[in-house]
Amino acid sequence: MRVEIVRVEITVNGQPHSREVEPRLLLVHFLRDTLSLTGTHVGCDTSSCGACTVMLDGVAVKSCTVLAAQADGCSVTTVEGLGGPDGLSPVQEGFRQCHGLQCGFCTPGMVMAATALLTERPDPSEQEIRDGLKGNMCRCTGYQMIVESVQWAAANGGAR
Amino acid sequence: MIPAGFSYVRAGSVQEALAELSRHGGAARLLAGGHSLLPAMKLRRAEPGVLVDIGRLRELSYVRLDGDQVAVGALTSHRTLERDPVVAEQVPLLAAAARRIGDPQVRNRGTIGGSLAHADPAADLAAAVLALDGVLVAHGPSGVREIPAGEFFTGPRQSALAADELLTEIRLPAAAGLAHAFEKFSRRALDWAVVGVAVQSRPGGRTAVALIGMGPTPLRAVAVEEALAAGTPAAEARSLAARGCEPPDNAVASSSYRAHLAEVLVGRALAL
Repeated sequence: MRVEIVRVEITVNGQPHSREVEPRLLLVHFLRDTLSLTGTHVGCDTSSCGACTVMLDGVAVKSCTVLAAQADGCSVTTVEGLGGPDGLSPVQEGFRQCHGLQCGFCTPGMVMAATALLTERPDPSEQEIRDGLKGNMCRCTGYQMIVESVQWAAANGGAR
Repeated sequence: MIPAGFSYVRAGSVQEALAELSRHGGAARLLAGGHSLLPAMKLRRAEPGVLVDIGRLRELSYVRLDGDQVAVGALTSHRTLERDPVVAEQVPLLAAAARRIGDPQVRNRGTIGGSLAHADPAADLAAAVLALDGVLVAHGPSGVREIPAGEFFTGPRQSALAADELLTEIRLPAAAGLAHAFEKFSRRALDWAVVGVAVQSRPGGRTAVALIGMGPTPLRAVAVEEALAAGTPAAEARSLAARGCEPPDNAVASSSYRAHLAEVLVGRALAL
């Protein structure tokens, strides 16, 4: 096995980080294991389920299918960067208000994908919400309350 | 899942990327958006010793109207194809296909060049580029060559590109105002097509029909095209959709089901 180290400088939730990593390190593992930001989840690990969704330079990506090396010099926002218990973002609050989760495993990815959607379309139709969340799977809710959560967020501050 | 170890090089230019490919022989693979290659590497279906990252080559991300052709840079993302005004006006079939790929996150990262070079027999953009009679421009150590889309796909995930070549541009004849349609059927929201079809009307009344998921490569439904050219009504021509095809028979779908889907989808697409 070839082991080689690359240095990456990645700003995560506004904080710059510089680390030496293996080229094969995935961005999701950089966030979870290297930086201990475990809000971003690993679900399917095959870029299907969307639990690992983060913003990379403002664009939603599945961080299980991005190398940390590809994110060198970029800015990443994770669910921790949206808001914490003392100040939830409108999307996070929408999920709380509308019961947009049961087990919660998919929620960080749902929240990031919904935030990306509302950044581009502050007032989406129900169909646009469903299309915007097409890359995120939930095995509990049947999606209806997730859609309602995003509608709540759109009416109460949007992607902020 | 974590890919096997590899060396990583970021190319600063097309020339640098070509030099890296030459230096490492067949051991190196190009990394663009990574949405085909990285999943394959996790599954050990690909184990390149070296990844040459071309993702930062901004000069390969563009859409330009060039006379009667649209030139699309290989690193143009699916997201851009969905929204670009030149694509929307001149080659709207390409936007229609891009819109149906995977999901928003995948479309944010995936690139047209990466998708075509990966040469999956069910790739949406391949159908559009085939129906549009696109030409793929490849840079290699001995210069630039142009490969017609009809000669580009040589087998499942195999293309006419040599290991030391880089796909840089896709050239498409402008088709402003001409009828087009893209139809596909997938099992789940974000899935690959079980079968898909791209239809593009041509000046002079000819119609091109391309299928995905119906053989070892994306292909043209020649029998349908010839029947339409001979004046056969679309409702009859659609029944020839699977003629000459060898659709795969696997866990996703049986070959007879795919043949049925092809007829239905070609019929829908030709209703335009």
